Amino acid sequence: MDWGLLLTQLMNGLQFGLLLFLLASGLTLIFGIMDFINLSHGSFYMIGAYFCGSIVARGESFFIAVLFALVGMFVVGALVEWIVARRLYRADHLDQVLATFGLILIFDAIVHIIWGPAGMAIPLPEFLDGQVSLGTLELPTYRLVIISGGLLVAGILSVLVTRSRLGMIIRAGASNQTMVEALGVNIHKLFLIVFAIGATMSGFAGMLIAPITEASIGMGNDIIIIAFVVVIVGGIGSVKGAFYASILIGLIDTLGRSYLDDLMKLFMSLDHAETAAPALSAMLIYILMAIVLAFKPQGLFPPAGIRP
Amino acid sequence: MKRLHYLTRAILPAMLFSICTVPTIADTVRIGFVTTLTTPAGVIGVDMKNSVELALEHIGNQMGGLDVELIFEDDGFKPDIGKQKTDKLVKQDDVDFVTGYIWSHVLLASSKSVLDAGKFLISANAGPSKMAGVLCHENFFSTSWQNDQTPMAMGQYLTEQGVKSLYIMAPNYAAGKDVVAGTESTFQGELVGKDLTKWGADAQLDFSAELAKAKASGADGLFVFYPGKAGGAFIRQYQQAGLQDELPLYSVFTVDSISLPRFQEAGMLGVLGSKMTMFWSPDLDTPGNRKFVSAYLEKHGKYPSFYGAQSYDSIMLIHSALEAVGGNLEDKDGIRAALKAANFDSVRGQYTYGNNHMPIQNFYLREVVEDDAGRWTTRIVDTVFENHQDPYASECKM
Repeated sequence: MDWGLLLTQLMNGLQFGLLLFLLASGLTLIFGIMDFINLSHGSFYMIGAYFCGSIVARGESFFIAVLFALVGMFVVGALVEWIVARRLYRADHLDQVLATFGLILIFDAIVHIIWGPAGMAIPLPEFLDGQVSLGTLELPTYRLVIISGGLLVAGILSVLVTRSRLGMIIRAGASNQTMVEALGVNIHKLFLIVFAIGATMSGFAGMLIAPITEASIGMGNDIIIIAFVVVIVGGIGSVKGAFYASILIGLIDTLGRSYLDDLMKLFMSLDHAETAAPALSAMLIYILMAIVLAFKPQGLFPPAGIRP
Repeated sequence: MKRLHYLTRAILPAMLFSICTVPTIADTVRIGFVTTLTTPAGVIGVDMKNSVELALEHIGNQMGGLDVELIFEDDGFKPDIGKQKTDKLVKQDDVDFVTGYIWSHVLLASSKSVLDAGKFLISANAGPSKMAGVLCHENFFSTSWQNDQTPMAMGQYLTEQGVKSLYIMAPNYAAGKDVVAGTESTFQGELVGKDLTKWGADAQLDFSAELAKAKASGADGLFVFYPGKAGGAFIRQYQQAGLQDELPLYSVFTVDSISLPRFQEAGMLGVLGSKMTMFWSPDLDTPGNRKFVSAYLEKHGKYPSFYGAQSYDSIMLIHSALEAVGGNLEDKDGIRAALKAANFDSVRGQYTYGNNHMPIQNFYLREVVEDDAGRWTTRIVDTVFENHQDPYASECKM
């Protein structure tokens, strides 16, 4: 057993998990509080990446670009809520899925018109482009930046949700929306803020990943499916659940890709293992979701107050 | 009875009239071009489209006295969509030729629709082993290569360089598997690891886990095949992981004229000097290539990619065949014989077709350099294979 490799893969899994968390936490709040299925949440991931890339292309440093792009994402999120989403809260889920699917197409087309089909590479400052040594391990510096950025946001969000008055209302909204409304909370304002925060975090995830994979049209449409798996595994409306489920799924996906083929070679022929392993590792997270749904249909950490 | 009689009398002249006005010989040739114009892979489709339009300009939009009507279709990087679009071209538009096809899995899904309808199919990129072997067809031609050939040349080069052990990464689809098979067939060192990653419109783009494995494997070299956008993402991550000093990178179809300007923009100096094998390069000195590359550079301000070169050739090949039969689209045998003769100024120079209608051609080693105008491009360093035929030709009963 190569422990150094295992540790590297655990870090890679953690990085992917935290990225998922940035997407899933907003998604779970929007889903849990407003009962709104937002398929276009992945579009914010894409738009964040393009915002950040455009500002970097103007010669600003990566950090400045992220700061400005975050503000931009909050505005975009608020606008989408104000113009489109708030008309859909009372509609049934199928209508929401159709409408937000339409939003995906619109966002993809807008990006195509503004930035073209080619995608956008985001150069990193020199000191982020190298590697750092941790004992015997050598990791790309930027991967550690993603991990710290993800943990920082997770920390801020956790304080916000558990310690602040806004967080209290958000949690209350997730468990019983009618009661919150009856107590005189301005639910429209709450929805607007939650939606915009969700969009900002999704955009932040896009900004973090873009220097690795480049920004491209439709980049959020794949990862949003996995983010939905996270929301369901973690429990709809639960930020804590989203956190643990993200890390779990990030680790399972990464470790599956790294070790499954070696594992399968133990009990089947080399050829079959090579073909089956990639297919099975792509399925692992869905198998996990099926198991969780079978034993805990409300997810691993359902918000308090929801009756099973 | 009488009524019918009147009707017949009314209709008959009309029928005669319509027969007289329908021309007996078509005055246009219709060509369908299937490529990817959406998704991030759309940049490849744009380059192919540019090259096809350039080819049409060069022949004055005429083939054997016929006007050319070109219909582009977008496969969306998906085999099922590609087949639908091919069916539409064959049945609704009733095209005479179908060409294009970047992706092997799209071509495999679509080929039957074209060939069963008795139309000509010309692949401008994809070269899956099955189309060269068991599924070869008298009406199928290629202006590119069979998927195994380019990596076979790379395997040969690696063996000559004394590379002892290799780690391979490729996408998990038809062409990925062909490329791996091609490398394995000529590389004589040890294969210490292999990863096939998720591919398609939602392809895996974060290779952290695979790169960590490759590094831990202690291989002498890393061989990859990541066409289009994935190539850019891969090379960035390879650099960020600091592997260029301990795990030299060898690639096919990954570093091309589409990705190089972006690497240059991002200041990825590690790409300069990296080597790959290919049947063509912008600096290949043939009359057809000089004309194509200089016109493309002038019109678009950047170098064409190999996808573009092959697409340009696909139009020129059809052009040569229709010139040979004088634009008579009914003369299928004549067209087929003329296609097989490949009598035109190909960008790669003169080449011949094997029994399976795959080109028998040279494969070169090329490296990334900066040209006189400061643009990053590739230059031919050496010839690895001369007049190379793909290994599946013997499986083709033709």
